[in-house]
Amino acid sequence: MSSESSVAASATPATGAVSARKAFLKIDNRLLPPILITIILVTAHLNFGILEAYERTALAIVTAIAAELVLGRITYGQWLHPASAYISGISVGILVRSPFLWPYFFASFISILSKYVLRLNGRHLWNPSNLGVSAVLFLAPQTVSLLSIQWGNNLWPMAVIWLLGFVIVWRVGRLHVSATYVVAFIVFAFVRSAITGNPWQATLAPITGPMYQLFIFFMVTDPKVAVRPKWGQVLVVIVVAFVEMLLRLNEVIYAPFYALFLVGPAALLIEMAYTRALGSRLLAPGKP
Amino acid sequence: MTNQARQRALWVLWTVMFVASLGAVVVLNRSTVGTPVRPATSDGSSRHGFRLEESAKRRGIDFVHQAPTFDARLEHIMPQVAAMGAAVAVADFDRDGWQDFYVTSSGEGALNRLYRNKGDGTFVDVASEVGIADVNRAGTGVSMGAVWGDFDNDGFEDLFLYKYGRPELFRNDAGRAFVRVSELAGLPAWVNANAAIWWDYDNDGKLDLFLSGYWSEDIDLWHLKTTRIMPESFEYAENGGRKYVFRNRGDGTFEETSAALGIQSRRWTLAAAAADLSGTGFPDLFLANDYGVAQLYTNDGGKRFVEVGEHAGVGRTPKSGMNASFGDIFNDGRLSIYKTNISEPGVLVQANDLWVPKARAAGAGLEFENLASTMGVDLGGWSWGAQFGDLNNDGTLDMYLVNGYVSAGERTSYWYDFAEIAVGHSRIIGDAANWPPMRGRSLSGYQHKRVWTNDGVGRFTEVAQDVGATDTYDGRAVALADLSNRGALDVIVANQRGPLLVYANTVSPGRHWIAFDLEGTASNRSAIGARVEVQWNGRRQAQEVNGGSGFSAQNQRRLHYGLGASAEVERAVIRWPSGHTQTIERPGVDQVHRVRESR
Repeated sequence: MSSESSVAASATPATGAVSARKAFLKIDNRLLPPILITIILVTAHLNFGILEAYERTALAIVTAIAAELVLGRITYGQWLHPASAYISGISVGILVRSPFLWPYFFASFISILSKYVLRLNGRHLWNPSNLGVSAVLFLAPQTVSLLSIQWGNNLWPMAVIWLLGFVIVWRVGRLHVSATYVVAFIVFAFVRSAITGNPWQATLAPITGPMYQLFIFFMVTDPKVAVRPKWGQVLVVIVVAFVEMLLRLNEVIYAPFYALFLVGPAALLIEMAYTRALGSRLLAPGKP
Repeated sequence: MTNQARQRALWVLWTVMFVASLGAVVVLNRSTVGTPVRPATSDGSSRHGFRLEESAKRRGIDFVHQAPTFDARLEHIMPQVAAMGAAVAVADFDRDGWQDFYVTSSGEGALNRLYRNKGDGTFVDVASEVGIADVNRAGTGVSMGAVWGDFDNDGFEDLFLYKYGRPELFRNDAGRAFVRVSELAGLPAWVNANAAIWWDYDNDGKLDLFLSGYWSEDIDLWHLKTTRIMPESFEYAENGGRKYVFRNRGDGTFEETSAALGIQSRRWTLAAAAADLSGTGFPDLFLANDYGVAQLYTNDGGKRFVEVGEHAGVGRTPKSGMNASFGDIFNDGRLSIYKTNISEPGVLVQANDLWVPKARAAGAGLEFENLASTMGVDLGGWSWGAQFGDLNNDGTLDMYLVNGYVSAGERTSYWYDFAEIAVGHSRIIGDAANWPPMRGRSLSGYQHKRVWTNDGVGRFTEVAQDVGATDTYDGRAVALADLSNRGALDVIVANQRGPLLVYANTVSPGRHWIAFDLEGTASNRSAIGARVEVQWNGRRQAQEVNGGSGFSAQNQRRLHYGLGASAEVERAVIRWPSGHTQTIERPGVDQVHRVRESR
């Protein structure tokens, strides 16, 4: 998932706003998402016991970090910072639900491998854990499902996670992405309610669940697979929410993952093509 | 090699690994699930040692379960809230040596039935004749299940009926009639219960009763004051019905002792079972809860209970528990716990749990590990009742599982809407008005049953289609009983809104068996809680008489053991609830032993 996100965000050139943010908390930005997601996991487990078996989450994390270190070393000749892989692994460990161990291994491994395989112009196209989780879910429906339940009814852990999440995405400069998605989801939930005739409380229900907290703070915010302009990021995340609505209208249960899987790379490809076309035009002789 | 060429070669390598990983996921998924459902074959008997044949009609059984109709404000989700009530409980109520059974219906005004075994392979319904048919009258609620137990120690099994409504106790008058004694017994006016068992938790020789609410007891499902009646969470709900322990005073009255014993819970219990898991001689209590974790109460000398589910491992992960049954699956004297849950491909794979006890040091607490996946009994669809029993008489305990929630429109599914509401906050999920309408759609409907044979060394094999268990009704309760006294466990299946099925079991020749009908003297007369360990040919297997197990079900009290090719048993060691141990040396095989507790 998107540890990926803040890792890249940390490389953003400093501006006045960024300086202000950095003044807020003097922690390496690369460490913020791992810290947040770890807090989410620990809070959820202590309150609700979400982890059926520690070894499954551990396997997902170890697999992701090991794969990143080995593949990075061989490919780039250096040891890569494990923060991104840690988030991919822990996201897989939280999201994937299966009585077997192998889905945790392969979801993590495929997540990391995708960064080395599905690349164009030096960028990977898919959010790693989005791809890894979607792959095992699609290919192994009999044995794999996703975290699809709420984590209890105690509002305080939820409030803490939402608050921390928004602070951190603000800190890494992705608040507009998360906030836009939340607003878009709510709007489209009412649209779905109007179309299907189902109570709006039901169409709104998913966003009150933990799966969406991971999705909103760690997946849609991934800067490595985001288009560059801010308005473009806002547009893309609205399209993600729209495609999710279409999928939901077709009763696709894990719609947000598949929506991001479809829209994210498509947006990147469009941006690359546009950039290339723009570059060609700039290099071309001027019109008479 | 240039750097560019090296990068390209690496990309090719990673791509191959990527594709191989995707392929591995597909292969592992297929191998995990096993072979797809095949048409029934005729060689099930020779391959697996037994063959099942549905025989209800020819036995004179034509019972079809009816579901209730609750308050109109639940109309949009009626099939799922009125989804239980098909139950079966086996007992020889008239002491003629043949196993009879009671089945419940849940339609308002529908009649329950008591099928008396005529001994010639056929049955006759005598429920109306003996006074336990017309128990679903308007205003009194409807039946959810029943359990047999001789609470007055007169030698005849009495009947406790639990309902969404007024629970009832019927005293068996010498097998000729049943007398309603609910008020005298001191039962509560209204409980929305889905589980009850007879047990003698304090080993005083008198059967006590455990009753477990599902919906809160202040809800009248026919006259709702509010639609905020649903579970507050899909996996962390504690707004269900309360639990009751009725201690038998021995004079026809009971005292409610749950608070004093420490059994206080409002989880949504769907199944309960008791057995001596701790080795103390007193029965411990296991609760399979819907919308939450399971609970395991260890019995401290009949004086109090301690909930140890989390420490023991069985109560750590919240699932949708629907079954509680015990079996010595390794033939080593240890009872494992089987709890069913929900598995729906691509949506929710909770998987069923097979809790196998770990070896423990003296004084250490109970601990279990879940070996359901390892042993191949994890995926059973939307699973309901399951029972252990040696179906092929090979000397190991097999398992029969029924499943399926709502079979309505074919090729339709309510799962999307169900999954959407299930993640909602309590204020959303807890209000029935917020639930999307089902509109005639199925929810995990038309599922194939599971029959798992046990190889005794750690693996179960699914053989349902091969041996003839081919129905796809919405199964709820399953009970095992030797209906023909010929040494084979037949299977009785109660289906929601469906026909009662009786699968006659034909075991391959050359397989021996032994069975024990126990009668307590110092212990309760039903011998519930008695443990019999049979030792033969270097093997041993322990079973306990129970007062209800599975989901809304009760097997025959008779304990049945398959022996494989062995025609000799070294001994049978009986440990009675009174603490007395009785050993039978070299009991004869292929016969039922009627054993009275020696003083």
